[in-house]
Amino acid sequence: MKHRLKKIGLIVLISPILFAADLEPSGFLDARYGIRTQSDPNSDQETLNELRLQLGSIWYHDLFTATVRSDFIYDSVNNLSDPIDLREFNILCSPLDWMDLKLGRQILTWGTGDLLFINDLFSKDWKSFFAGRDEEYLKAPSDALFISFFPTLGNIDIAYLPRFAPDRLIDGERFSYWNGTALSGTPLRTDEPNSDEIAARISRNFQGLELSAYGYSGHWKTPQGFDPASGKNTFPKLNVYGTSARRALLGGIANLEAGYYDSSDGVSDQVRLLVGYEHEIAQDLAGAAQYYTEQKCGDEESRHVLTLRLTQMLMNQNLTLCLFTYWSPSDQDGYLRPSATYKLSDHWKLETRGNIFFGKDNDTFFGQFQDNNNLSISARYSF
Amino acid sequence: MKNWITIALILASANTLALSVDEIVSKANQAAYYSGADGIADVSMIITDASGGERSRAFRILRKNTGDETQKFYVYFKEPADVRRQVFMVWKEVEQGKDDSRWLFLPALNLVKPIAPGDKRTSFVGSDFVYEDVSGRALWEDTHELIEETDTHYIVKNTPNNPDAVDFSEYTVSIDKQTFLPMKAEYLDKNGKLFRRVEATRVETVQGYPTVIESRVDDLARGGHTINTFSNINYDTGLNERLFTERFLRRPPREATR
Repeated sequence: MKHRLKKIGLIVLISPILFAADLEPSGFLDARYGIRTQSDPNSDQETLNELRLQLGSIWYHDLFTATVRSDFIYDSVNNLSDPIDLREFNILCSPLDWMDLKLGRQILTWGTGDLLFINDLFSKDWKSFFAGRDEEYLKAPSDALFISFFPTLGNIDIAYLPRFAPDRLIDGERFSYWNGTALSGTPLRTDEPNSDEIAARISRNFQGLELSAYGYSGHWKTPQGFDPASGKNTFPKLNVYGTSARRALLGGIANLEAGYYDSSDGVSDQVRLLVGYEHEIAQDLAGAAQYYTEQKCGDEESRHVLTLRLTQMLMNQNLTLCLFTYWSPSDQDGYLRPSATYKLSDHWKLETRGNIFFGKDNDTFFGQFQDNNNLSISARYSF
Repeated sequence: MKNWITIALILASANTLALSVDEIVSKANQAAYYSGADGIADVSMIITDASGGERSRAFRILRKNTGDETQKFYVYFKEPADVRRQVFMVWKEVEQGKDDSRWLFLPALNLVKPIAPGDKRTSFVGSDFVYEDVSGRALWEDTHELIEETDTHYIVKNTPNNPDAVDFSEYTVSIDKQTFLPMKAEYLDKNGKLFRRVEATRVETVQGYPTVIESRVDDLARGGHTINTFSNINYDTGLNERLFTERFLRRPPREATR
C-alpha cells in the first residue's frame, strides 16, 4: 500500500510537469469485457471487465527525451489488482555521438520470433495476452538501464535490470493452470529471487542480412522449480546464449533463431530453435508461419510447435481480421487467437478477440488452459 | 552576332524537340522524386470514402538521395492518435531484381519490424495512394511512348513490362514542359477502362525546386479520393544518412519530431 501511494504520488507530481512542458500528450480510454465460453470450476465466468485510461507524454529536450506513459485501471474482475500500471517512465540521452542511454521503466524487445520468444527474456504479461487485452500488453515493462553503442562493427545493446522481474504469470487469478497434480485456481505461490538480470545483444546488418548474437544471465521468467520446504514455486538460475538471422527472401521475410538455455538448480539445459517465413499471399492478405522446437538435454522427446498467422485487411484497411494459431503435434495441444478490429473513425476502434485453447491432456503447455477459453469485446477512444 | 544567337536558339529548340521519351520520363522522375540532395516535408492527408466519410493522417517525411537513384525515406506519424510515433522507413532500390527494404517501428512494443517487400500497389495507410506513389516507380518497369506533345505538356503512355504484377494495363502521364513535373496520371484497368487518376493540383517553387504542394488521387471505380497537402518543405537540409537506421527508428531524431 505504501509502495502504491508512493507510485501515485510520483505520477501526480510528474505528469503535470511533462504535460505543461510539452509536447505530445496522448493516450486512450479503453473499455473491455471478456467472458468464458464454458464454465471453469476453478474460476469466475468473467475474464475481463475493465476501464483503462492511458495517459502519456514525451518531452523532447535538446539534451534528452523524457517519456512517461501510465495506465489507470478500474478492474471489476479483481478489485485487489493494482489500479496503476506504469508502462514507461524513462529518460533517454546520447552522452556520446555513438552511444545512447535509456534509464527507467521501459518496454524492452528484441529477437525475431512472432509471439514466440527465445532470446527475448524481458518480462511478458501472459495474463493480459490470454485475456484479450491489446497485443502490446504481452510486453510487461522493465525497470532497466539500457545502453546502446553504435561502433562501426555493429550495434551493441546492454540491458541491466537491478531487480529480477518474473513474467506476469497465469497464477490462478482469472485463469486456472496445471499445478502439477490437477487443474487449479488457487493462487500460485512463488519465491522470487532477490537478484539482478543482465541481457546483451550484438547485431549487424550485412547487405540486408541482419545477424545478432545474444546473451542473458538471470533466472527463468516462469517458475521451473519447487521448494518443498516453503511450498513455493521457484525461478532457478538461467543463462542463455543465442543467435538470430533475418533477411528478405523470395519476396518475403525469413528468420532463424536459436538459443541454448544453460540452467542450474536441477533443471535440464535446453536447446530452442525457431524458423519462420512471412509473405504477402494477396493484396492486403499476409501470411506467416513458424516452426519452433525445444529439446531438453538428455531427454529423448522434444516439444514441437507450429504457428500460423493470417492477417486480412478490408474496407480501406479499416477492418482487420487476424488469426494466430499455435499447434503442437508433440503435445497434441494448441491455442487459437482470432480477432477482428474495426476503426470506426480516426478516434474510435472496436475489437473482438477470442482465446481458444485445446489439448488432449491437462498437463501440457496449452492443454492446461482448456477451461479458460474466452471471448472479449472492446471499445477504445484514442486521443 | 544576331545570326549566331538565332542559330543557338534553333539548336536549343531542336534539342528540346529532340528529347527522347526516355529523357523525358527520366527528367520527370527526377523532378518528382529527387529534388535536392534531401528533403523534409509535413504531409496532411484527407481520405474521403465513397459515402463521404473522412479520415485524416498527418506525418512528416524525410528523404535522402543516397546514390545512383537509390533513396532512403523516413515517415514519422503524428496523427491519428493510434499510430502516433510509429515510423515507417524505406531503403528504395531501383535496380532490376533488387527489392526495397522496409521497416515499421511500433513504439508501444519498442519493436522494429521488417516488412515483407510485398505488393507496392497496396494502399498506403488506408488512403487511395499506393506505396509506389510515395516512393516512385522504377522506370525499367514500364515501356514508355511519347503519344502527344502540346505547347505545355508531354503526354507519355506507359505500359507495364510485367502486367501480372500490377493492377493496371497502362497509364498516361502529362508532364509539364517547363518543370518536368508529372501533372496528371490516368490509369486504365485490365479492360481498358479509366479507374484511377493522380493529379498535382498545386505547384510552387521552393528553394528553386518546382514542388507539388497539393496532390489528389481519385478512385474512379469505387468512388472516394485522397488529398495530400505538403507544408514546411525544406530541401538540402544536410540530413545525415545515419538517421535512416534502426537506432533512429527507436529514438526519432529532432528532424522528425520538431
